[in-house]
Amino acid sequence: MALKIIQPGLLTTIQDLGRPGYFHLGIPIGGAMDRMAMRTANLLVGNDEGAAGLEAVFMGPEIEFTADAVVAVTGADIPVLIDGEEQAGWTGLPIKAGQRLSFGYLSEGARAYIVVSGGIDTPPMLGSRSTYAIGALGGVDGRAIQAGDELPVGLSDTGKAGASVPTQLRRHLGSPTELRVMPGLYWHRITEKAQNSFFADEWKVAPEADRMGYRFRGGQPLEFVERQQPFGAGSDPSNIVDGCYPYGSIQVPGGTEPIVLHRDAVSGGGYFMIGTVISADMDLIGQLQPHKPVSFVKVDMATALQARADRAALMAGIRDHLA
Amino acid sequence: MTTKEIRSPLPGTFYRRPSPEEPPFIEDGGAVAEGAVVGLVEVMKTFHEVKADAGGTNARYLIENEQPVTAGDVILEVDG
Repeated sequence: MALKIIQPGLLTTIQDLGRPGYFHLGIPIGGAMDRMAMRTANLLVGNDEGAAGLEAVFMGPEIEFTADAVVAVTGADIPVLIDGEEQAGWTGLPIKAGQRLSFGYLSEGARAYIVVSGGIDTPPMLGSRSTYAIGALGGVDGRAIQAGDELPVGLSDTGKAGASVPTQLRRHLGSPTELRVMPGLYWHRITEKAQNSFFADEWKVAPEADRMGYRFRGGQPLEFVERQQPFGAGSDPSNIVDGCYPYGSIQVPGGTEPIVLHRDAVSGGGYFMIGTVISADMDLIGQLQPHKPVSFVKVDMATALQARADRAALMAGIRDHLA
Repeated sequence: MTTKEIRSPLPGTFYRRPSPEEPPFIEDGGAVAEGAVVGLVEVMKTFHEVKADAGGTNARYLIENEQPVTAGDVILEVDG
């Protein structure tokens, strides 16, 4: 069986849970920007949580199915259509050979996860089918899907239609969306005034935000504590001697626009990092549209670990509900 | 005569001109041919053309240049 791509959407890519273990070599972890939505879509169609599906951003693709299957769409709020008739999101939907899956206009959120029973069966690269387009790795020849592609689907005898995840088991963005942050190694590089304004100001998602990083603007520029730049660091006060960039780290080039590094980020470089968005909130970033308001909330390690436990409990609740 | 709406397929920042030095794709009150480019939406470091899925006359923009749009927003109305 295959998925025939009639219209690809904007930058629809094959993703799974990513390829951790190569970041020190400059190969990003990759994988779904909203991992909980991806895991849930897989569970809804009877797949392993790590099976590969499609991540569609801002616009849905149009896909013809060549065999009967179960399909689920999670993540962003976007009308799901089968042969033009609207269907429920976050639900295992039966679809027949020759039918077409398409989408209406996105309302809330940014990324929809489209998963079919059996999972997409393109060749894994370094342990993952995730597409890292800049590195031409994974997916279909290392790129986003195109019209005319026929994506192979694995065999499945577990596909069961009808399962659904209620809204109280999903995460919600809020407005402004609050992203919890732990101050990092370079926190001392900015003045107390800047430390306060970073958390007090409202920021907005810049349209450039993508899978590498989410850029924000609208808050006050950050003032740096004066120093003589060390040997090996660039001349701008936001420069450091090159360091490692963690997933979720927030760099602020020139002190003006914070960038949160996401799944396809570079692994190191010469910008200071004000701190790191906690892992529990990274999925939320993947659902932010351009121009949406965001505020950063300062937390400590105990709060971050509790948030991680809460998120794991929510995912466990989804597994229980669908078991 | 009916009013036809041309919508943005995606969220981002809307531009009425191909570049700051060039005239707008469609002048206010002008005619729009089906399939014509009526503006650009910038998102994820690229510019996407918005094409008219219906033609008409007396074009009226509902979104200003360089303003945010969301998916499904009406960018332009024409009489058809």
